[in-house]
Amino acid sequence: MSDPALHTPQTLRSRAETVAAGLPALMADAQHLAATVLLGVHGRKRAGTGDEFWQYRPAQPGDGYRQIDWRRSALSDGHFIRQTEWQAAQAVMIGVDDAAAMTFSGASTRPPKLRRAQTLAMALAIVAVRGGERVGLTHLNDPPRGGATQLMRMAAALMEPHEPGDYGAPRPQIMPLGSRAVFFSDFLGDASAIETAVGRAADREVKGALVQILDPDEEVFPFEGRTVFESMTGAIRFETLKARSLRDAYLDRLAARKAHLQDICRRIGWRYHLHHTDQPAEPTLLWLYRALERVRS
Amino acid sequence: MIAGLAFAMPLLLSALIALPVLWWILRAVPPAPIRRRFPGVALLLGLKDDDSQTDKTPWWLLVLRMAALAAAIIGFSGPILNPQAERAGTGPLLIVMDSSWAAARDWSAQLDRTALLLDEASRAGRPVALVQLTDLPVGDPTVQAANAWAARLPLLMPAPFAPDMLAAARWAGGLSAPVETWWIADGLDHPGRADLTDALMALGPVSVFEGARDLVALRPPRFEDGVVRADLIRLGDAPLAVDVIAHGLDPAGIARDLARVPVRFEAGATLAEAEFDLPPELRNRITRFEIAGLRGAGGVALTDDALQRRKVALISGGAADEQQSLLSPLHYLRQALAPSADLIEGALGDMLMASPDVIILVDIATLAPEEEAALIAWVARGGLLVRFAGPRLAASDVARDAAGPLMPVRLRAGGRSVGGAMSWGEPKALSPFADTSPFFGLAIPADVTVTAQVMAQPDPELAARSIATLSDGTPLVTRLAQGQGSVVLFHVTANADWSTLPLSGLFVQMLERLAISTRPAATPAAVDLVGTLWSPQQVLDGFGHLRDAGNRPGVDGADLAAAPLSADLLPGLYAADDRRIARNVIGAETVLVPADWPALVPVEGLEVIAPTELMAGFLSAALILLLVDALAALWLAGRLSGLVRGAGVLVVALALPQGGQAQAVLSPADELALLATSDVRLAYVITGDVTLDEMSRAGLQGLSNTLYQRTSVEPGAPMGVTLETDELSFFPLLYWPIAPDQPLPSAAAYRRLNDYLRSGGMIIFDTRDAHLGGLGSGTPEGRRLRALAAALDIPPLEPIPPDHVLTRTFYLLQDFPGRHPGRDIWVEAAPADAEQVEGMPFRNLNDGVTPVLIGGNDWAAAWAQDAAGRPSYPVGRGATGDRQREIALRFGVNLVMHVLSGNYKSDQVHVPALLDRLGQ
Repeated sequence: MSDPALHTPQTLRSRAETVAAGLPALMADAQHLAATVLLGVHGRKRAGTGDEFWQYRPAQPGDGYRQIDWRRSALSDGHFIRQTEWQAAQAVMIGVDDAAAMTFSGASTRPPKLRRAQTLAMALAIVAVRGGERVGLTHLNDPPRGGATQLMRMAAALMEPHEPGDYGAPRPQIMPLGSRAVFFSDFLGDASAIETAVGRAADREVKGALVQILDPDEEVFPFEGRTVFESMTGAIRFETLKARSLRDAYLDRLAARKAHLQDICRRIGWRYHLHHTDQPAEPTLLWLYRALERVRS
Repeated sequence: MIAGLAFAMPLLLSALIALPVLWWILRAVPPAPIRRRFPGVALLLGLKDDDSQTDKTPWWLLVLRMAALAAAIIGFSGPILNPQAERAGTGPLLIVMDSSWAAARDWSAQLDRTALLLDEASRAGRPVALVQLTDLPVGDPTVQAANAWAARLPLLMPAPFAPDMLAAARWAGGLSAPVETWWIADGLDHPGRADLTDALMALGPVSVFEGARDLVALRPPRFEDGVVRADLIRLGDAPLAVDVIAHGLDPAGIARDLARVPVRFEAGATLAEAEFDLPPELRNRITRFEIAGLRGAGGVALTDDALQRRKVALISGGAADEQQSLLSPLHYLRQALAPSADLIEGALGDMLMASPDVIILVDIATLAPEEEAALIAWVARGGLLVRFAGPRLAASDVARDAAGPLMPVRLRAGGRSVGGAMSWGEPKALSPFADTSPFFGLAIPADVTVTAQVMAQPDPELAARSIATLSDGTPLVTRLAQGQGSVVLFHVTANADWSTLPLSGLFVQMLERLAISTRPAATPAAVDLVGTLWSPQQVLDGFGHLRDAGNRPGVDGADLAAAPLSADLLPGLYAADDRRIARNVIGAETVLVPADWPALVPVEGLEVIAPTELMAGFLSAALILLLVDALAALWLAGRLSGLVRGAGVLVVALALPQGGQAQAVLSPADELALLATSDVRLAYVITGDVTLDEMSRAGLQGLSNTLYQRTSVEPGAPMGVTLETDELSFFPLLYWPIAPDQPLPSAAAYRRLNDYLRSGGMIIFDTRDAHLGGLGSGTPEGRRLRALAAALDIPPLEPIPPDHVLTRTFYLLQDFPGRHPGRDIWVEAAPADAEQVEGMPFRNLNDGVTPVLIGGNDWAAAWAQDAAGRPSYPVGRGATGDRQREIALRFGVNLVMHVLSGNYKSDQVHVPALLDRLGQ
């Protein structure tokens, strides 16, 4: 009678509690991580709408009278217009792949890749919101927003599984023109899907970064002997009699995959970063912050 | 050594035929693969294994399994190496053991052989009588089952003497036939062995089991030409090298090897000599000689007075006179003592320095006062002073009125002479020695006469002090004990002037009895010992170990000299008075003769190749092979890598001794220490009130969360501490909510708490009563706090001043609310000389973190958060309440910062920034 995917009044509360129980921890981790990035002044370095004073410029024909700063103009003969720094909020779209492959962890001492991706995504979102940007998740249909509420909403959405398969691919629902995008995934799935999604984003003048998160086991392939490899859902099986002899071939393919991702990024002006789950998250967050900063200017 | 291989169940071996079939079956079953979840499988798709590795079992694994199975089959079929051939025969069995001193040499081999023989008898169901020839039973021997004898076998000991074969032959003659005899012989031809053999053969068949090892024995050592010589005798004729060791006490009284001499038997020689050239000091310390590494009483020779060479000082009054040697007063003494004592002569003072055993003063009447005092002291320490009379003593006034300390009796003036040309009477002969005299038993030659003597004053004690008298009852030798020593006076001269005593052999014997000289011969003649009773002091056992004699009865001197050793006369050390005689197993004339058996008697060696059951070995091998097979199968399946670490741990754990395992397991205290020190942890005192403790935990958890989010302090989960057991020094801060019914900590807990406070810890006392009754009174919690804190080492307190560093360690605070608002919290009082500098907001308080903080605001309740980070307890109302909770958390942050960073924020360096923040 009960479809486990559907909520019943009995399960809704407990499931909600279960989901909510992870939220504070995720938020705490993300905020703790975000606290390591100190926000500098990052105005747009050009005149525009905003609060901060940018410059006085002589009034030109066509400027409205209301734009003239009369106090400054009174100091001299000409008329001046007070310009503020352009502070148009940027939209940062964040995509987190939560397919089954991302739940892999090679050792109990390392978090699953998904957990690291969620932490990084939330930390990036917090940093961005503090910087006055709007943030959003690519797999949701909601437009990017700012504010603490949006962070909570994002955290809740991140905790909710949305990729059913073994491997996920970026499938952006909303990609505002000229926004920034960051995709967190292991990118072990179909490379062409990644290429298509990223290319489509680039078509909408979206700049951004691909962050590939890999477990160290996936980097070194420490397996031996007769082994049946299964994907995390068990859908894909591969049997070998001598796993060790496959290592070189696997590593070659992994290197080729990385090179391919870098190639995609280079073509469209994106950035690529490789993160391992046995490494601390802070350097990657810093890298992301710098990377997005650079695309901005 | 392999005499053969037999199987208990040979039919089982036919299972080996099945092995090839098994080979074929096993070959077809490859090892199972391991399943692994691995996201990178997408990259693997399409790859091919580089070589076509067989999915059949590798041949070496097959061989391994075949070997394991074969070992198991062979093991279960019960292989026995060297199966024992059974001895035929039925009926009662007599096992005879020589168990003499010579048997001690290979006693364990004899016992082993006997045990095997008993096994045989047990299997054959034969009743057995086991007889030790050195301990003959009276009448018929006890007949028992072989098992019973086997149980008593370890209790049997060899005797330290030779068996009396003639008595044994008489005993065997009284047994009733037919009896088969198995004889465990020691290899020596003891007198009468042939008789016993005949007697036993008359009863039934006789088999002899005899060791083949060389037998070496040590004859008593003797003193010759200034060295100690000991003869070694042996059985056998191969070249042989042994060491002879002289044992004794060193000057510190510790038994040790005083000398060690290698001795070599040439091929065919049965006699060798060990020669010890030792200084007298060392020689006198020797208590026994023994052959190194040889068990048995025959290899031990005890020493007695024969080797004890006493140091005798001779002092004569007329030394300066030119005299003919035969007239010298010392001549006869020298002659008597020189063979058996070390003589020194010289001035008395010099000789006392050489600590002689005996000092003999010949015709010396008076001594210088200091010499006399030294001599008295020497006697009192155990010296034996022997004085001989003479013209000077007779003419002097010595001991005229009283017996001096150096004179046993009072002397009458002048002495007397009898039987001379100018006197009446005949020269006096000696009367027989009384049985209380040390001379008792000595034969008195008829030609010993006394013509002159010094006379003792008649005295009630004279008779007791006389140990030799003349036939008219006048004392010839008197003795008086002085301290540990004694003084002896011969009432005649030491030369032949006054008596013929020095000319006779009696003189030498008397000196010997007085232990002045020692026996020159190893074994004293029986006649010398007649009438004396000797008590054993130490006896030898069969293995040659010296044991205390305990309360064994004394032995008559004649028996001691001549009787053969037996259970009543064990070899050992016997003492009478000051003299000691050693009776050794081997006499000076003993010769070892190998036993000669009649041709009819089969003689076997002691060595036997015991049957070895190989079943356990084969089965173990099979088990080990199976284990190896399991590991190999795991290795083939690629699952070994994870196991290797575990196996390593297991191996280490197994290899460690029991003590090591205790180290591997952490004690609870260590676990607490590891847990407490892996992170900064806030701690609370477990009060025993479950609700209160949970609130403390939740409160500190909430504070920890706040610290984690807002500051660089990243605390771990808070911990509860039990004051009675847990170590406190790991925690920077201890939150102690007061429950009214909380028990008082023990003295040990108070000691730890005080240590904690003195070494920089901080305790926050929270009465949680909102100061309803003011500090320390009114509320039950307040009263309890008073009781709890009475034994604590708490400094003077004051209500927190407005400029206390707690107001600015992280947040700038004016209030310190918890669930209750209230500013009344108490901290350590500032020093009295703290002055506020003009223009500065704070006093200059640079030192110290307050060790206690006392308040009643129920902070934990305000801090408390549940697992989802929601506050657990209501604080205030609405936004004001939220604000109060926030301030409470800020106070908590300030508190932890204060504990962790000390007075850092109290430094005036921060004043400008703080002033800026404060808007002043």
